Amino acid sequence: MEYNNKYNMDLYPETLHWKEGDLNATRTTMWSGPGCHEGCQIIFYTDDDGKLVKVEGDPNSPFSQGRLCMRCLELPQVVNSERRLKYPMKRAGERGEDKWERISWDEAYDMIIEKVREYQAKDGAESIVSMIGTGRNVSQVIAHNAYANFGAPDLTLCFLSGDSCMLPRTALCYVVMGNQWVADMSQFRPTRYEDDPDWRPPECIVIWGTNPVINNADAFLGHWIVEAMKRGSELIAIDPKLTWIASKAKYWIRLRPGTDAALALGMLNVIINEDLVDHEFIEYWTYGYEQLKERVQEYPTDKVAEICWVDEQLIIDAARFYANAKPSTIQWGLAVDMSKIGTVTAHAIACLAGVTGNIDNPGGNILIDQASGLEFGYNSGIEYLPEGQVEKRLGNSKYNLKKYGFTASSQSDTILQAIETGLDENGNPRPINMLWIQSSNPITNMGQDAPRVYRAMKNVPFIVVIDLFKTPYAVACADLLLPCAMSHERDCIRIWFDPMRSQTKCSSYYEAKEDEQIMLDLGHKIAPQNWPDWVRTPRDYMNWRMQVFNVDFTMEDLENKMGGMHYSPFHYYKYKEGLLRPDGSPGFMTPTGRYEFFITLYYQWGDDPLPYYEEPPTSPYSTPELYKKYPFVLTTGIRSFEFFHSEHRQPELISRELHPVPRFVLHPDVAAELGICEGQWCWIENQMGKMKQTAHLDPTVDKRVIATEHGWWFPEKEAAEPDLFGVFDCNPNNLIPQCENGASGYGAPIKCGLCTVYPVTPENDRLEDQPTYQVTAVDGYTHGPTHKSDRPSFYDWD
Amino acid sequence: MADTRYGLLIDYEYCSGCHACEVACKMEHNMPTGDFGIKILQDGPRENSNGRWEYEHIPVPTSLCDLCAERVAIGKLPTCVHHCQAGVMVYGTLEELAKKVCKPKMVIFSR
Repeated sequence: MEYNNKYNMDLYPETLHWKEGDLNATRTTMWSGPGCHEGCQIIFYTDDDGKLVKVEGDPNSPFSQGRLCMRCLELPQVVNSERRLKYPMKRAGERGEDKWERISWDEAYDMIIEKVREYQAKDGAESIVSMIGTGRNVSQVIAHNAYANFGAPDLTLCFLSGDSCMLPRTALCYVVMGNQWVADMSQFRPTRYEDDPDWRPPECIVIWGTNPVINNADAFLGHWIVEAMKRGSELIAIDPKLTWIASKAKYWIRLRPGTDAALALGMLNVIINEDLVDHEFIEYWTYGYEQLKERVQEYPTDKVAEICWVDEQLIIDAARFYANAKPSTIQWGLAVDMSKIGTVTAHAIACLAGVTGNIDNPGGNILIDQASGLEFGYNSGIEYLPEGQVEKRLGNSKYNLKKYGFTASSQSDTILQAIETGLDENGNPRPINMLWIQSSNPITNMGQDAPRVYRAMKNVPFIVVIDLFKTPYAVACADLLLPCAMSHERDCIRIWFDPMRSQTKCSSYYEAKEDEQIMLDLGHKIAPQNWPDWVRTPRDYMNWRMQVFNVDFTMEDLENKMGGMHYSPFHYYKYKEGLLRPDGSPGFMTPTGRYEFFITLYYQWGDDPLPYYEEPPTSPYSTPELYKKYPFVLTTGIRSFEFFHSEHRQPELISRELHPVPRFVLHPDVAAELGICEGQWCWIENQMGKMKQTAHLDPTVDKRVIATEHGWWFPEKEAAEPDLFGVFDCNPNNLIPQCENGASGYGAPIKCGLCTVYPVTPENDRLEDQPTYQVTAVDGYTHGPTHKSDRPSFYDWD
Repeated sequence: MADTRYGLLIDYEYCSGCHACEVACKMEHNMPTGDFGIKILQDGPRENSNGRWEYEHIPVPTSLCDLCAERVAIGKLPTCVHHCQAGVMVYGTLEELAKKVCKPKMVIFSR
């Protein structure tokens, strides 16, 4: 903005390295660990010993424009932490005892190779499953390693039920439009905002089920929206609680968690019946409008208002505003995925963008591929997977979106069941002998029914964990624990959409290695035929992959000649220009060549080709008896600036100073009724289990709703069981099921369950009441006073 | 002018409360737990009688703030201004800052 200061660019020269006083400055990209979804451009200042002393945001960056979030700013505390993993270690005692023996990397590789060869010979490479978390710099490596080094087809989100993070939205986008969209904040050009002649600020930005300024999800910096607001954009915010950005919205829709699809259908009802649609786009570029029109008649606004617990007029006003604004855009988030009907919800929302023609237009929802066409995600190295292996992916025969390749990962719940039963989705034997877990902490964060995941692990003979810190999961389950390098200790390139950014190593930490180095070291030993002899270092790997994908510059060019970033040419209205289809004809990469409101593939597969709404499996309406016992709708995953999922919990960090304990929110009137004060510890419980957090009284939540944080563990506590860093004590995943997925295999009721709440007292807070103790020492699920059985289940209402 | 005073202009309409200024400051000055050179205060969320929600953050410089004298001496911006994710902080003389007040919800802190 006009009023902002200008950076003194003389102090930030356009070179890779420079000196500032005694310190060595390196221009690079922050890409984990610790993790996030971005890749902000950053300057690392190291001393002559290579120790990271301080960081600054890079003012040369069009992407992040010199700014940084608090987690990058506290980075020196994290990367220099004595708690980090320093050496490869193998388990010395029983799992959970936290007894380890330091070994060399060569010993670790020999151990891995011996086990891999044993399992390949015994049950096939498909008995080895690779599991990933989110956000850390590892997508390309874990995939390439699984395919080229193990010959194993299964790569999966680590026990995330229904793969409920972005994949439902992405898969849906690929069937509707053969591509995926993001909100246009001018982020794909080096000139931003008003300096970009083609960009227009959206008149309306819909923020759907996300708190973007905190979570920066899916390679989208939330504060870009704040910049658009300064330039006149108005907001519709859809969220069960009032986030700060929702408080700035023209319309805040406080919907009941899990009813997003109904809301979208109600808005479509208004827009279609009032004829606020883009007729030209519909006529020339879409398929199935008449069928959609017929379907939305089932969702009149009075009915939708009742489903969503939202004022009817608000739905009408917001729908009109969205449709009349030119352009309008939607930035959607995790809440879309985290119901059983995740893909269906995404479908309904995609129809909103479609009927209003806000597709690939300036300031609308733009279609985007990866930078320079480089495959750096879950298909990396797929060409080395032996023939016939892809077909063996768990869940593929059951779920069409998987079978027909609309995402590259295996269905998470099917893998859990295979671990538990030794059977695949068709009941055929499928032993799982080995898990290769890179950057995930599932019993702390992303695994639903965390106690069940913990118990299932006992069935797996060999588990390798590669991580930054000794996590609860590593203590409970790892047989081999390998230390991973952090961001400034890696050579890499960052792409998730555009631009391509370079990441330059300027430090190292004990024996921690880059994920790429681990893959390459292993590869040259176990599958040398799959690796060019010269590809020995992470930097070699980058240059090799850039060559393979015909990128016409090198990693060194990117670092030294291009200021660390390269923008691919960006075009609006690609569907008009024939830029979306390999045959070069106009239209979308779908069977009809059109943007499909009516999904022809679903129709062929016998699935409902149109969006619909279905109640969550437990809710005030689907299980009214259960609701009497658990009279609150439970939603989870409130984001905090201080944390990225389970990261940044180390007690020395500023993050913990600002945010020492987990918090849940409830309405002050409800708190008064239940005798709960601000800051008071409370148990939150349902038919599956319980956990405790501290109360925060928030007048913006519906009195029938409770919202909790996630990802909490306590590195200051004892690692060995039964303490296990207190991992289950505050974990909302004790209350959320596995294997309750939508028909597509995607989606799970993670943000829309039921619960009750009551204060923690000395009488109900003894050692034997603690979920972690119950799970690790008593071999039971978590349970509290509302349970009669010691094996409570999600289906206790039956 | 010998007694030129410097300060911070803050457009608190757009302060998201992201803590970048607080943490940048603590790291720059190597502050112990409990010390802050700038602290974000929050109003709300409160519902006004007109039905609109009030929900604002204001970063407030503390007595430990020296406007990053060392950084400024070598030509850098104070670290809070440099890193502010919402781009709502401006450093300058009070005279310059006063000229930049151009909209509601802006405030100047003097040092």
